[in-house]
Amino acid sequence: MAPTSPAARALARLAAAALAASVLAGCGSWRPKPIEPWVKPYERERLADPIMKPGRDELSARQVDHVYSVREGSRGATGVQGGGCGCN
Amino acid sequence: MAATRRSGSAAVVAGVTLAAGAAHAVDLPEDRAELMYHLYDGGGTRASGPAVLVRKSMLDRVSVSGSYYVDAVSNASIDVVTTASPYKETRNEFDLGADYVVRDTLIHVSGSRSKEPDYVADTASVDLTQDVFGGMTTVAIGFTKGNDKVGQKGTPGWIDTAHHWQYRLGLTQILTPRWLATANLEAVSDDGYLGSPYRVARVFGATVPERDPRTRESKALKLGFVGDITPEGGERRSSVRAEYRYFWDTWNIKASTLELGYSRYLAPGWLADGFVRYYKQTHALFYSDDAQAETLYVTRNKQLSSFHDISVGGKVTYTLKSVPGKYDVHLTGAYQLLSFHYKDYTDIRTGSPYSFNAHVLQGYVSATF
Repeated sequence: MAPTSPAARALARLAAAALAASVLAGCGSWRPKPIEPWVKPYERERLADPIMKPGRDELSARQVDHVYSVREGSRGATGVQGGGCGCN
Repeated sequence: MAATRRSGSAAVVAGVTLAAGAAHAVDLPEDRAELMYHLYDGGGTRASGPAVLVRKSMLDRVSVSGSYYVDAVSNASIDVVTTASPYKETRNEFDLGADYVVRDTLIHVSGSRSKEPDYVADTASVDLTQDVFGGMTTVAIGFTKGNDKVGQKGTPGWIDTAHHWQYRLGLTQILTPRWLATANLEAVSDDGYLGSPYRVARVFGATVPERDPRTRESKALKLGFVGDITPEGGERRSSVRAEYRYFWDTWNIKASTLELGYSRYLAPGWLADGFVRYYKQTHALFYSDDAQAETLYVTRNKQLSSFHDISVGGKVTYTLKSVPGKYDVHLTGAYQLLSFHYKDYTDIRTGSPYSFNAHVLQGYVSATF
């Protein structure tokens, strides 16, 4: 329920101003923390395993892509052309 | 003209620094050789042949690759048997490429030629790739230009041409030590003869040569996740993956593809992969099973109709020989069953919506060295 008496309204304004001032003061000293790579190179061994690359055999992937592309109306973004992975 | 359109088989790559952080040195693709026999059999069409690929690095900065792919096609598909005579022809495809490291960027250039008696498709591609953000993010951009010559049996020379522009962007993000996310976006523009001189449409029950627009633009976006789900301390590693692709174009085709996969080591030296795939599309604006009005464009190409297909497949790879740090030789057998179900393409022999099953077989030896 909103304050009704003049004293209560003044107190509410003061509290709001104090809150805004403290937030602004906090912003002044706030700096975005740089985001560091959170998976270190030595933690990527699992990602380099062949089970993580189902299209690892190029000729095989190319034939399957060809089977789809000559029978389906859509094309592109299959990743067969590449895509890459920074996990080596 | 068994296979006309072909995405540039080029590999990868690109140097864009979208993310902050130090760039990570890229690696050349590993030296590799593949020898494969492949077979597609379904819907009256049989395509088979050998394929070979060799990739070798030189001077630690350049890797060159070459491939040769043969499709010996015997075609008695429903389009052919209901409007023409079955035929046989061979498609040969050559591909040459080179990868080169410049500072922290891998540059890939390649060229290919796919040749049939009545169709020649040439492509030239360039791709750039770079690892950024401490190697956690890989960004790839690529471009392929394709030029086709279209012929028709019985007509000397070429009857028309087609040109294709493909622009692609790929992003791979390491999420955790076990999970990767990928995103691929590709836009393709076509200009020229985009139909088949042999295919006919039906208008008021009568057959007429199909008439396709001479331009088309499409976009496709694919999102995927792959993760290692091996229990802690588990002896045999396993992974799951999920991919979804949405496609739309100026011919009003909209398509969705969903694919789920599972991979697992069965025993030392034995690796198995399995997947299911579901695909669904709406028909092109000018597609008609039997048009009841005269229009500028009309086709009865079932590739542009409303249909869905379901695939189930698997492959098993056995390591024949492995000398760590020197070379590995693998033997792989793969099988896939596809089931196509058309919604508005009638089998005029039976009067029912057309459907068919197809089988894909692959057997290959691959070696890394």
